[in-house]
Amino acid sequence: MRTSGRPSSKVIALLVAGGVSCLATLVDSTVRRDTDLASRQSRAALVASLGLTDLSLFTEARYTRHPAMADLHSAFQDHPAAWDHFPTAAWVGPPQWGNQGE
Amino acid sequence: MTGSPFLALQGIAKIYNEGRHNEVRALADIDLDLEAGKVTVLMGPSGSGKTTLLTLVGCLARPSAGRVTLEGRDISGMPERFLTAIRQRTFGFVFQRFNLIPGLTVADNVMLPAYPLGRPHPELKARCRELLEMLRIGDRADAPVQWLSGGEAQRAAIARALVNDPAVVIADEPTANLDTALTAEFIGVVEMLKAQGKTLILTSHDPRICDAAVVDRVVEMRDGRIVGGR
Amino acid sequence: MNRTIERQRYLIDFTIASLARRRGRNLGLFAVYTLLVFVLASASLLGYGLRKEARTVLAASPEILVQHLLAGRHDLIPESHLAALRDIRGIAAAEGRLWGYYYDAGMRANYTLMVPSDRTIEPGTAIIGSAIARLRNLGEGDAVHFLSPKAKMFRFGIAGTLPSESELVAADVVLVSEADFRAFFGFPAGMVTDIAVSVRNPKEVATVSAKISRLIVDARVVTRDDILRSYESLFDWRQGMITVLLAGAVLAFVILAWDKAAGLSAEERREIGILKAIGWETSDVIAVKFWEGGLVSLGAFLVAYTLAYLHVFHFGGALFAPALKGWATLYPDFRMVPEISGQQIATIFFLTVVPYTLATIVPVWRAAIIDPDTVMR
Repeated sequence: MRTSGRPSSKVIALLVAGGVSCLATLVDSTVRRDTDLASRQSRAALVASLGLTDLSLFTEARYTRHPAMADLHSAFQDHPAAWDHFPTAAWVGPPQWGNQGE
Repeated sequence: MTGSPFLALQGIAKIYNEGRHNEVRALADIDLDLEAGKVTVLMGPSGSGKTTLLTLVGCLARPSAGRVTLEGRDISGMPERFLTAIRQRTFGFVFQRFNLIPGLTVADNVMLPAYPLGRPHPELKARCRELLEMLRIGDRADAPVQWLSGGEAQRAAIARALVNDPAVVIADEPTANLDTALTAEFIGVVEMLKAQGKTLILTSHDPRICDAAVVDRVVEMRDGRIVGGR
Repeated sequence: MNRTIERQRYLIDFTIASLARRRGRNLGLFAVYTLLVFVLASASLLGYGLRKEARTVLAASPEILVQHLLAGRHDLIPESHLAALRDIRGIAAAEGRLWGYYYDAGMRANYTLMVPSDRTIEPGTAIIGSAIARLRNLGEGDAVHFLSPKAKMFRFGIAGTLPSESELVAADVVLVSEADFRAFFGFPAGMVTDIAVSVRNPKEVATVSAKISRLIVDARVVTRDDILRSYESLFDWRQGMITVLLAGAVLAFVILAWDKAAGLSAEERREIGILKAIGWETSDVIAVKFWEGGLVSLGAFLVAYTLAYLHVFHFGGALFAPALKGWATLYPDFRMVPEISGQQIATIFFLTVVPYTLATIVPVWRAAIIDPDTVMR
């Protein structure tokens, strides 16, 4: 009769390995954290010194490049009901402004 | 076991689909005492109720009326969970078509009834190996059951019935699919089990079984009633 | 206690042995579910990471920005407002900003041209964002030629590049001198793009911006809170959309699992009957199904989460880059700070493991209470 491990031992070992790899992501994130936070500091410093207002993630149009600065109607440049040209519009919505002041 | 029968049935009736238009009266007025350590055959044509009686004896089902007493304990009114517990420890089943689970190996099939008991794994494996060796199919332990021949499948089924070391082995039409040589081999196994002190209850309409020397008692059934015996 | 553990291990043995009977199908199912959870977890980690990044990095952006609106469009604002603004009590400083967009037709890329207030740029030179340096293969000492909107060629010597870790905020930035900026765009003298205002007391931002609105009636006032809020909602609701879409996929999968579990074949029913006949309890049969659903979905979750972490934090969410990039040819090469929240992981877990497991168990209930004598009938 077979003497190799039971299926349950193998599966439990695999699950433990999966759990360990999940925990390893936590370890990895703590190890990286210091250097990564330092680079974030330098980003924040540049934002402060240049007076930047937006992430430069989407450079395809001015309302995706500067969602916070685009004027109120820019998501509908051509027509209020026009389809958006840009795939990133799936990620960036038109900015929603709260009440400013009174 | 002091004189009183190991298993006693009194005034048993079994009705399927009671109160509905397809109501079937499978058994009526059954009184039967079975002694420990004996081989009993329930004989009768198909539809005589012998398999139904076997399910009541083996605690697979409860009677519609009457009383089943196991070692002096009335078990006919017990809830399902208790019946399961009794079944696990007291009865081993060999089904007519063996009912091995396809795709699993012989060893896995044999160990199945022991899983809910949670016995230590090395012990269970040893028990399984011992049984397969005893039934001379030790070399087939890792084969999927669908690869087995009819005789091998039956022995695997017998090994499965024995894995929890039950006092009673129940076999439904054990030789229905076997040729003469294999039937003789089966009777050999029955003799061996009887020698080990097991109680055996079989159903059959096969004269090769009913006339075998190892059989202590034959109960003849017809239309859900006991009509004779020897 | 040992007996209970041993018993569950036996049930797992059985579960694995029965799953192994259809190895290809079950591995395929596992792979597809893992992929699904992977995409869901990646979207969640990326969305959360970017949101956190925006929240912390943009917290350093100007407190108040004053724009001029004309016919619903952003227009230039006269520098003459600066003096009036500086007179408002509560305002520490007000400064005109010059920035605008340049489309590099050769590269089909949009740049953001800016005049920096924190450094002096020699006329005729520029400092460029490192994504531009990479795209055009430029370094210090090289030169670029930009064709101005007035169809005049301008030459800029590259005086330096912005640090590469700043790509997430300044990938496309070109810093030039004010003289060059105005000449390049034909930007009218006495006008600026907008005005950045800083206040003495951060609590007074609302009051101050109300005052600014009254002073310059056709202005739009954008506060730092507005910026942060717009990023919060931007990633929040877009990631929410993706989660909803993927939740649909998860739901479809759960329905599949349910259907698989509910539509038991005669074969499977007989198997349950056999198990019950040989001494298994209803709860044992259900436990096997629990392990079946639980092991598959938990395994998928563990693998998918680990892969999603690697994907987002070590490979910059490479699979999502095409969607984030859109038509743009300029894309920041950024390394995200690994931000993980327990709540986020718990959400992914409950969205993927729990429904799948439940969908496997619940429909089996009815088959599991089958009478043990059925196999004999």
